[in-house]
Amino acid sequence: MKRSSEQFFKSSPLVIVAAALLLLMITGAVLGPVLSPWDGEAMDFEALEAPPSLSHWFGTDLVGRDLFVRTMQGARVSFLVAFIAVTVSLAIGIPWGAAAGLAGGRVDQLMMRIVDGLYCLPGILIVILLVVLFGRNPYLLFAALGAISWLTIARIVRGQTLRLRNAPFIEAARAMGLSTPYILRKHVIPNVIGPVIVYTTLAIPAVILAESFISFLGLGIAEPQTSWGVLVSDGTAAMESSPWMLLFPALCLGITVWSFNTLGDRLRDHLDRREHIN
Amino acid sequence: MTRYILKRLLFALVTLFVIITVVFFLLRLAPGGPFDGERRLPPEIEANLKAAYNLDAPLLLQYGRFMVNLAQGDLGPSFTQKDFDVNALIRAGLPVSLMLGLGALVCALLLGLSIGIVAGLKPGGLLDTLLMAVSNLNIAVPTIVAAPLMVLLFSVTLSWFPGGGADTWWHFVLPALALGLPLSAEIARIMRGGIAETSLEPFVKTAKAKGLKSPRIVFLHLLPAASIPLLSFLGPAMAGLLTGSVVAEQIFDLPGIGRYYVQGALNRDYTLVMGVTIVYSFAILSFNLLVDVAYGLIDPRIRVAQT
Repeated sequence: MKRSSEQFFKSSPLVIVAAALLLLMITGAVLGPVLSPWDGEAMDFEALEAPPSLSHWFGTDLVGRDLFVRTMQGARVSFLVAFIAVTVSLAIGIPWGAAAGLAGGRVDQLMMRIVDGLYCLPGILIVILLVVLFGRNPYLLFAALGAISWLTIARIVRGQTLRLRNAPFIEAARAMGLSTPYILRKHVIPNVIGPVIVYTTLAIPAVILAESFISFLGLGIAEPQTSWGVLVSDGTAAMESSPWMLLFPALCLGITVWSFNTLGDRLRDHLDRREHIN
Repeated sequence: MTRYILKRLLFALVTLFVIITVVFFLLRLAPGGPFDGERRLPPEIEANLKAAYNLDAPLLLQYGRFMVNLAQGDLGPSFTQKDFDVNALIRAGLPVSLMLGLGALVCALLLGLSIGIVAGLKPGGLLDTLLMAVSNLNIAVPTIVAAPLMVLLFSVTLSWFPGGGADTWWHFVLPALALGLPLSAEIARIMRGGIAETSLEPFVKTAKAKGLKSPRIVFLHLLPAASIPLLSFLGPAMAGLLTGSVVAEQIFDLPGIGRYYVQGALNRDYTLVMGVTIVYSFAILSFNLLVDVAYGLIDPRIRVAQT
């Protein structure tokens, strides 16, 4: 496992770049608001709509709030959205896929048909409907985003379960009289964990993008709280007079999405290759 | 094959019915109603209005009436757009939304297929690395950033394209590009994988050994086999396009039906939201039906497995 992760980081310089950028972004989200002397909601009337400077690193917005602090607070929200939504999607998707794979036959057919049907629906539009109708509660938004993104993980887990259920080495382990928890721990989980990690890495940017999309429509996180989507949306409104308002939040959003996607892709290639060798 | 198509058709109809039912009850169960404006109506008048629009009947009865009207093709009056019924609003907006969607799909397919094929023919090569890097950037720049930037650059600064409205073909170029670009990147990635994998298949080796010219191999042998994973992506892609069009119509000021969706839901315009939802679901389901049929035609194994 350790050698494998070493190989993974050596496989391409892009992996190191993406991991470093992500680390930077997470550090910024955690430490950023603490490091800067400004408060996210305090307005600096000396510097309304000011370009980036030594005191305001990313400039200020229309009412003089420090954009560096707000962008980093937005990062916290975006990461939180991703964390909650992905957890929800794993909590639904893994049991669903495992149940379908284990049950097999007609039950499996029916469960996967439901997944197929939901797959074609514009999930985000349903989330929008929910948020509009039942109020702009951030936790409802997070949970709803999770509830629409469990389909892929259900498919993946079902596939793995089907494969493992009839795998000779599991049968051998059973024949040797090993206990079910032991088989799960030693054989099943290590085989399922790889694809689940890849999925998680690719699902996080998708959720972050979905949140920014909904916030852009004015339906996501409400003031004075902020997220990258809210900041980008404010930034586009002011992009002709003060481009920095768009530049920094959009850059942070783009870098994060790109890094997660790159890591996910490479991780998948890496696991595929290992499987081929095995 | 007929049995397979009929089965898929039935499945699509059931799905449509379920969607309509769920959205209907979701709308009615949500707090608020179409007549809670900023200025409250006197209770008597509100009661009269509700009676006129059948909103005072028991929920199940309302649902029944709605379904009966729907079966006759009548979506009912809009609660917020003056003097319009939902049919008229959709008839006016649908051509614009269709143009936008088709334009985006064509742009995504053209770009995505060519990038994917070129990159997949020599995986790991310089061109592949370059094209995939561009595609990854494409995915990382969301439409909500790309679209306003395009307006700023091409409409405001360079004035190559008109900024808003839907009067000529030119009005659709930027919106279709903005909507299609992220999709083209996804298509390119899938196509690249398909081409790279199929290139290793024995029948491609045979074709090469027979001395066929490379364009012939690519278009006649590689492309059909490599397109199968792409086909299954087109369903979700369609859903993504519709979602994106809600934002694109807003940014580019296109008079399509997408802008009614959010606004209608905010105003509790029950009939308008239902109308847009039905059109969207119908579009997605019929598209998926087409994809399924195409799937069955290309790959006989699927037909056999699912009947």
